[in-house]
Amino acid sequence: MANRRVSFADDRQCKVCRRWRNVLVVLFVLCWFSCSIFLLRGFEDNGILEKLGVKNLQNERKKTLLDQYNRSKHQLRALAKLISPFNQDLETVSYEREAVKTSEEHQKIFPETWFNILALIVVAIGLFCAGFAFGRFSKSSHEQFQNQKHYKPHNSKGSGKWSKKFLFLGVLFGLLVAFWIFVNMNADFTERRKETLVNMCEERARMLQDQFNVSMNHVHALAILVSTFHHGKQPSAIDQQIFAEYTARTAFERPLMSGVAYALRVLHAEREEFEKKHGWKIKKMETEDQSLAKDDYNLEKLDPSPVQDEYAPVILSQETVSHIVSIDMMSGKEDRENILRARATGKGVLTSPFNLLKSNHLGVVLTFAVYNTNLPHSATPEQWTKATVGYLGASFDVPSLVDKLLHQLASKQTIVVNLYDTTNVFAPIRMYGPDVDGAGEMHISNLDFGDPTRKHEMHCRFKHKPPPPWSAITMSVGVAVIVLLVGHIFHAALNRIEEVEDDYRQMRELKVRAEAADVAKSQFLATVSHEIRTPMNGVLGMLQMLMDTDLDATQLDFAMTAQSSGKALIALINEVLDQAKIESGRLELEAVAFDVRDVLDNVVSLFSDKSQAKGIEMAVYVSEQVPAILIGDPGRFRQIITNLVGNSVKFTEEGHIFVSVYLVEEVNNLEDDLCETLSGFPIVDKQKIWENFSKFKSSTEGNNAINLIVTVEDTGVGIPQDAQSRIFTPFMQADSSTSRTYGGTGIGLSISKCLVDLMGGEIGFVSKPGIGSTFSFTAVFTEGSKTSGDIKRHFSDSTLSDFQGLRGMVADGRCIRARIIKYHLQRLGIHVDIVTNQDSARSTILEACSTSGRSRLAMVLVDKDAWGEGSGISFPQLIECRQNGIVLSQERLPKMFLIATSLRPTEVYELKSAGYADSMIKPLRLSMIIACLRRALGVGHKRQQVKGPKALGSILHGKNILVVDDNAINRKVAACTLKKFGAKVTCADSGKEAIRRLQPPHNFDACFMDVQMPEMDGFEATMTIRDIENRVNELIKSGEASPEMYGNVAHWHVPILAMTADVIQATHEQCLRCGMDDYVSKPFEEQQLYSAVAHFFESDMIGVS
Amino acid sequence: MDLGSLQRRYIDFTSALLREGILDGQFTQLQQLQDESNPDFVLEVVTLFFEDSEKLLNELSRTLEQQVVDFKKVDAHVHQLKGSSASIGAQKVKDVCMAFRNYCEEMNQEGCLNCLRQVKDQYLLVKNKLETLFMLEQQILAAGGSIPMMW
Repeated sequence: MANRRVSFADDRQCKVCRRWRNVLVVLFVLCWFSCSIFLLRGFEDNGILEKLGVKNLQNERKKTLLDQYNRSKHQLRALAKLISPFNQDLETVSYEREAVKTSEEHQKIFPETWFNILALIVVAIGLFCAGFAFGRFSKSSHEQFQNQKHYKPHNSKGSGKWSKKFLFLGVLFGLLVAFWIFVNMNADFTERRKETLVNMCEERARMLQDQFNVSMNHVHALAILVSTFHHGKQPSAIDQQIFAEYTARTAFERPLMSGVAYALRVLHAEREEFEKKHGWKIKKMETEDQSLAKDDYNLEKLDPSPVQDEYAPVILSQETVSHIVSIDMMSGKEDRENILRARATGKGVLTSPFNLLKSNHLGVVLTFAVYNTNLPHSATPEQWTKATVGYLGASFDVPSLVDKLLHQLASKQTIVVNLYDTTNVFAPIRMYGPDVDGAGEMHISNLDFGDPTRKHEMHCRFKHKPPPPWSAITMSVGVAVIVLLVGHIFHAALNRIEEVEDDYRQMRELKVRAEAADVAKSQFLATVSHEIRTPMNGVLGMLQMLMDTDLDATQLDFAMTAQSSGKALIALINEVLDQAKIESGRLELEAVAFDVRDVLDNVVSLFSDKSQAKGIEMAVYVSEQVPAILIGDPGRFRQIITNLVGNSVKFTEEGHIFVSVYLVEEVNNLEDDLCETLSGFPIVDKQKIWENFSKFKSSTEGNNAINLIVTVEDTGVGIPQDAQSRIFTPFMQADSSTSRTYGGTGIGLSISKCLVDLMGGEIGFVSKPGIGSTFSFTAVFTEGSKTSGDIKRHFSDSTLSDFQGLRGMVADGRCIRARIIKYHLQRLGIHVDIVTNQDSARSTILEACSTSGRSRLAMVLVDKDAWGEGSGISFPQLIECRQNGIVLSQERLPKMFLIATSLRPTEVYELKSAGYADSMIKPLRLSMIIACLRRALGVGHKRQQVKGPKALGSILHGKNILVVDDNAINRKVAACTLKKFGAKVTCADSGKEAIRRLQPPHNFDACFMDVQMPEMDGFEATMTIRDIENRVNELIKSGEASPEMYGNVAHWHVPILAMTADVIQATHEQCLRCGMDDYVSKPFEEQQLYSAVAHFFESDMIGVS
Repeated sequence: MDLGSLQRRYIDFTSALLREGILDGQFTQLQQLQDESNPDFVLEVVTLFFEDSEKLLNELSRTLEQQVVDFKKVDAHVHQLKGSSASIGAQKVKDVCMAFRNYCEEMNQEGCLNCLRQVKDQYLLVKNKLETLFMLEQQILAAGGSIPMMW
């Protein structure tokens, strides 16, 4: 039982575990969902941002395109050439296409990284969960394993630690993933920024380069113009005025140039002529002092050029640079190198940056040589030099140039652009841009200004530091927070589970302890009860003896009170012992064949004294459909009924107690005869109890099972409504005042309930204060065969056959009472008719008198209250009244019996004279009826009946009793005691001797057998005796031996009673198992001896009254 | 001594025996069983008890002195003794016998020997008392009186 409870608890624990796990899984799924939603949304947002960025870039590009397109348009206009705009459009489209492509590429890259991240997160969480689950599951499997064996708390803790480790690892992994996301996104972000920078830088560089080249090309064109119109025509078509005007009007073509000038190549030999022709001296370009302020630049102040091989005086100039006319360009160091290089290569060359004259801006000078002949590109430098006629120079104002360019582009604010001349790698010259270093990384774009000897670079930087990568930070922090949250949740869950498990473990320990304590309590109770019984037996014995002495009335009263208290105490101890036994699960039901009707008779005879004293009518009725022999535990069955009847007797002052036994199947069709009650007092409706029994709803039991329903109804005080709920709780009586009024412990019903449960039945009750209570219970038995030999039956078949076939009549106005009498008579094989009407009863009797043979009416049973209080007594007189005149021999009249609850002495006298043969006092029971009928009808073997002075004497008188004991003293004492009660005692000193003496036929009425004897103990001896008896019975039955050979006894079964010093249940059970009928304590205790012996000899007793 | 004082002494002596627990109710029951048809019943039984007990005690002493004690045998003897003493109501002997059987179950030789001594003591005591009682009875009968019944 305890084990089952534990395993049940384990199941429950598993269920709790599973529920927790389910909750965790749900939680995890929720987390996972929120996580993915968050990630997806983050992805979308970022995508949009990305698109916006790309859009910006595209816009920028478009603008640039537009600029270039516009510029080309300007150029076209300037050259007055017509070009189809279609080409331009095509170009634009292709540009746009490219831009779109790049933006698409951008978009492609990002989803890929995002999916990577997502996959990683999923994997991480999956791992995390798998670890957790592994921890949990391995734990639970551990526990299941443990449950099968012993409980080891350490392992579960260990697995708890494992899952914690997994949890920690999972969280760590999650955080790593978060960090990885951050790093990844940040790298991505930086990459993009860099790309943007590169794009922007390259774009600017290309634009600058383009514009520069455009200007350069124009200068080149100008050179060719000069070559064509100045040198190619005689006289020159260009003079200073034309040149100035043309250049001024085409200045928009050279937006980056501050001015252009043309210098003629003049050899020293030609100087005189030249100076004379132009009217001015060739002047030297620079003063010694380069740092001189250029503002007060004055042409007149300049010195004439010193003598040189060659001169390059400026003859034509744009108005913006008119101040340099007549200056020898060869005199400046930079310019001279430039000129030399230009004429040698035939291409435009650039000076290194320097401060321009006058404007004081940093600038470069572009020089183109003008040749008199059109030389091929493959010409040598000497050829180029020889063909040179002059030089066209143009100065670039770099800062304004770049400024202008940058102004055209958007996002000027975001980047810093520096322009360097890096011809000398170690000392780059800054041409444009702020001094300060921009933040972050820098991109360098090479510029090709058409002069291979000069190298220029553009350095781009972001103006501002890159903003913190917010999206990456939010994303990674978000993931980290989620991971931590999930981790926290799991951790909390783990802790909670651990806590619960700890609690559970504690509870289990406590439970085990509590159960141990409970068992110990029960054992203690059992032990103590047993120990108390021994001295109590002494007390009771002494009291009994004391009462046998010559006491005066007061003393006798005291002694009787003491004895009844002692008996109550013993009963209580027995009950407690039972309860303890049931609680400790040691009570097991027997499965032996027994007769239900005998059991009920037994119970009724137990309470007959009390019910007679109280004047309560008590009756038993067993349905015909209940089989004669059932297999079950008669002792426990009797105990339940005894408890219920005992309660009823205790609480009933007037009316009746009625015990009825039906089959469960039968009860449903029973409602018709519930109209009247036994004593006429109202009773409660017992149908209500039955409605609550589950058996009634599903009465399909196994084929062999017999479902009995036993009902005990009384007309007692009833149970108060508020107490009805706790009626089956141990030690709870309906009312604390109840125990004061009626005594008792209130344990009986609790025991009864336990016993009913053990028998597979149900117990219930209905009670109404003032009306009475009805208790009902069901019990499951199996049907036994009638032939099973070892049934304990108090009446041999021969006894019953005495009355077989007789006819009887029951005359009673109340049919339920009549039916009870009929039931008892039918057990004896008597045919019974019920007549309820007084007149018809009389006529039936008279009719029966005239018939003879088997159909003759042998007996008439009349209830004392058949037709009203006391009306039964005068019934025979009615017959005799009518009998006047007609001679009717007394012999022919059926024997009349009066059945009464109580009879006053005067009434006893009265009924004899009224014509009754005898009277029976209720409660009716078979033994009593048999005795009474035998006496009156003179059937069966008669024995000499001598009334003894005492009850024990009366039943033992004249009986042949065999006492078996190896101890001579015991033997002698027992023999003497029995002799004192009038028995004829024979002694045997061993089991073998007993077997010899009890060999049928013998004339012993009973045998008292010591249990513990050397050689062959009482149990063995009894078993042997029973074997022999069975064999004889078989022989008689099969006809191999006539009953005459065995003393005319058809069924041999000598009552054997064990004599034992230890009166404990185990011994009792063993006694019954060995075929003994009962046991008595040794030395004899009178009351116990009586109750044991009375059983067997009661049927021979003369009526109690 | 006159008859009256003899009878009083008899009553005192018997009640003292009962009070001290040397004898119990069973002995009084035995006395009740004695009547005209069986005048020496108590004496017979008690004499039987003496003979039987002495035999058993000797047997017990011999069995327990042996090197290897046959506890089953001892137990059987003690059981006999217990039954006899219970039957005549020699309560103290019976009580010691119960303890004796417990030691037998435990196979405790020392305890058994100890109990044997006690049983012997108690037996001698009850024998002594009973002999005195019978002597008193004889004296009363010799003086022509009847044995007083206390009940």
